[in-house]
Amino acid sequence: MSPRVVDILERFPGAHRDSLIPILQAVQEQEGFLSQDSVLAIGRHLDLPASKVYGVATFYNQFRFTPVGRFHVQVCRGTACHVKGSANVLDAIERELGVKAGGTTRDGLFSLEVVACIGACGLAPVIAVGGDFHAGVAPRDVPGIFAAYRERAKEGGSDAA
Amino acid sequence: MSATETFRIEVNGRPAEARRGETLLDVCRHAGVDVPTLCHLPDLAPSGACRICVVDVRGRGLVPSCSCPVEPGMSVETNSQSATRARKTIVELLLANHPDDCLYCVRHGECELQDLAQRYGVRERRYVTAKNDHHVDISSPSLVRDPAKCILCGKCVRVCEEVMGVAAIDFIRRGSRTLVAPAFNRGLNVSTCINCGQCVMVCPTGALHEKSHLKEVQDALDDPAVTVVVQHAPAVSVSLAEEFGLEPGADVEALMVTALRRLGFARVFDTSFAADLTIMEEASELVSRLKGGGRLPMFTSCSPGWVKFVEQFYPDLMPNLSTCKSPQQMMGAVVKRVWAGREGLDPRRVFSVAIMPCIAKKFEAQRPGMGDAEDVPDVDAVLTTRELARLIRLHGLDLARMTPGAPDLPLGERSTAGKLFGGTGGVMEAALRTAHWLVTGREMYHLTIGAVRGLEGVKEARVKLDDVELGVAVVSGLGRARRLLEEVRAGRDDLHFIEVMTCPGGCVGGGGQPLRADTGAVLSRLEGLYRIDRSEPVRLSHRNRHVQELYDEVLGEPLGARSHELLHTHYHARDGAV
Ligand code: SF4
Ligand code: SF4
Ligand code: SF4
Ligand code: FES
Repeated sequence: MSPRVVDILERFPGAHRDSLIPILQAVQEQEGFLSQDSVLAIGRHLDLPASKVYGVATFYNQFRFTPVGRFHVQVCRGTACHVKGSANVLDAIERELGVKAGGTTRDGLFSLEVVACIGACGLAPVIAVGGDFHAGVAPRDVPGIFAAYRERAKEGGSDAA
Repeated sequence: MSATETFRIEVNGRPAEARRGETLLDVCRHAGVDVPTLCHLPDLAPSGACRICVVDVRGRGLVPSCSCPVEPGMSVETNSQSATRARKTIVELLLANHPDDCLYCVRHGECELQDLAQRYGVRERRYVTAKNDHHVDISSPSLVRDPAKCILCGKCVRVCEEVMGVAAIDFIRRGSRTLVAPAFNRGLNVSTCINCGQCVMVCPTGALHEKSHLKEVQDALDDPAVTVVVQHAPAVSVSLAEEFGLEPGADVEALMVTALRRLGFARVFDTSFAADLTIMEEASELVSRLKGGGRLPMFTSCSPGWVKFVEQFYPDLMPNLSTCKSPQQMMGAVVKRVWAGREGLDPRRVFSVAIMPCIAKKFEAQRPGMGDAEDVPDVDAVLTTRELARLIRLHGLDLARMTPGAPDLPLGERSTAGKLFGGTGGVMEAALRTAHWLVTGREMYHLTIGAVRGLEGVKEARVKLDDVELGVAVVSGLGRARRLLEEVRAGRDDLHFIEVMTCPGGCVGGGGQPLRADTGAVLSRLEGLYRIDRSEPVRLSHRNRHVQELYDEVLGEPLGARSHELLHTHYHARDGAV
């Protein structure tokens, strides 16, 4: 168990189930995601079964269960992007990366997240990869975009945001 | 609940008795009016998840009857146009993403969703969306979880947590992606699931069912080089009747024995024989612990869900578990490692089948240590009461028309004490009868111990064996066991012996039993066992002459070296379960 998670739990002595969400948030903030060990430790701390902790955590979009990849990918599914076909873009990205929203590729390069609105509706449909915005993305652009990041990673650049 | 106010309301134009605190559903059912439900569980708080139970209340419109408290002056129509139309729409919506491949489904013909579609005349796919296509979870040795068939009624989740005290599964995610799953959406085999199957008993659809061993058994029966022997658990003969439309609780043992022979089993043995053997060992173990040889209170160990429960939630109390194997496994060991040799058979060519009211027995049969030194399993396949019924039907046999038959000796002989194992309190009663004899050298004057009988979840008694007074407790349903274990952990020390059965009511209420039975049927099965105990002469495990013969010729003494090798086991903590 990560000592940092232990520290967080110590900040909630004698806590009950109403502290579950704040604890989940604190752990995710510290670790970037909720590992199985963290979920189990939180369950033990609150005397809650792991199935409950996991059930509550998966109810909210804000929690992730795999570590963030080197390039974190955000796909906007806000109204403007939706109208401009972001569902197809998300589909294409999921196929390209072989992971579903919320997942991280095996090589740890990309993690995929769906966000409600990035606030760049003029650029719809928009995605962000490692902090860079890509505007007016069509499904057929997807392979090219990700190839560029793979290239960047291969060059050993430490320029990921 | 004394002096509850009663009044009358109107249901479908006729007066109906109501009591304050009841729901409309209760009132309708008491009045003999059927209202369908999907998420309702008697004895648990209503969840209101499915809405199939809507009824039309004058002046209010449609309300879910399972969660609506009755009030004076109400007038209810259960089958108004708007109520039946609403129910039909609910079924149609449930079917929208449901892979309705009924013909290929385990629950075909026994499915509540299918029944409702039939009852409300669903004849077309009105809402068409993508069908669920979740992975089937076959990781568990006992049950199969097919989330695509799940209608999210939540009954399994509530039973697992509130009745069994396990909480292995819960809703995960939300909206259209909601699923019932173990933590981390992993397989049941690595979860805290104790394989009790109580979730299967409440599931209205094919989303949860037992892992079938029928194929293995049929293959063995077809193999001329293999001798297939069968044992049947105490609860089975008083439960099978229901599968064939006979009276709940009727003892069909003699008919079942013949049916089993007709199916091709070479020998029909009785798990109750091994229950008598268990009592010889377990009562001796109790007496030895009372004399200072081990941790008290001693816990029974014949219910494999309970054993796993202790191993994963209360490993500190594992020394309290009796080291006795369950009757199923004792029988398995005796068949393969004693009987086979005496018959001149190679144990590898003996296929040993157990018919059980339980799906955790499938898990138990493959526990480490449940085989010989070369890991030849003592029990090769476990069929539930339901699977046996399926096998009998497959062969076109009519149970009611079988000529009564007698079990094979020596392993088909039993006392009625062994038979009592099939219900909550039965192990306790049988063990106390024999412990009394071991301690005092005399039989108990009153063999029936009323205080440990009946369906109540927790029963306690003080029993005298000459000058020793024992505190005993009997619990069924692990949620209740959890509370008692907490007391023991906290230092409660007036108890010497605790019987725990995983399922409410004991094996008669097991997870492998006929589906859709109510408490009344479970009680009838239990009474069936009491009837047997009343009507037969041999009521003491230590009077089973073939058990005594086994000691004389093979085992020596209870708790002796050979007994330890064949009949006892050990436990290991499971801290990895999630
Ligand atoms: S669960 Fe019921 S409705 Fe669904 S396929 Fe099976 S039998 Fe048919
Ligand atoms: S078999 Fe028992 S323990 Fe396992 S999920 Fe079902 S109810 Fe829970
Ligand atoms: S698995 Fe069965 S009992 Fe559980 S929620 Fe689904 S349909 Fe209901
Ligand atoms: S049975 Fe009433 S809401 Fe499901």
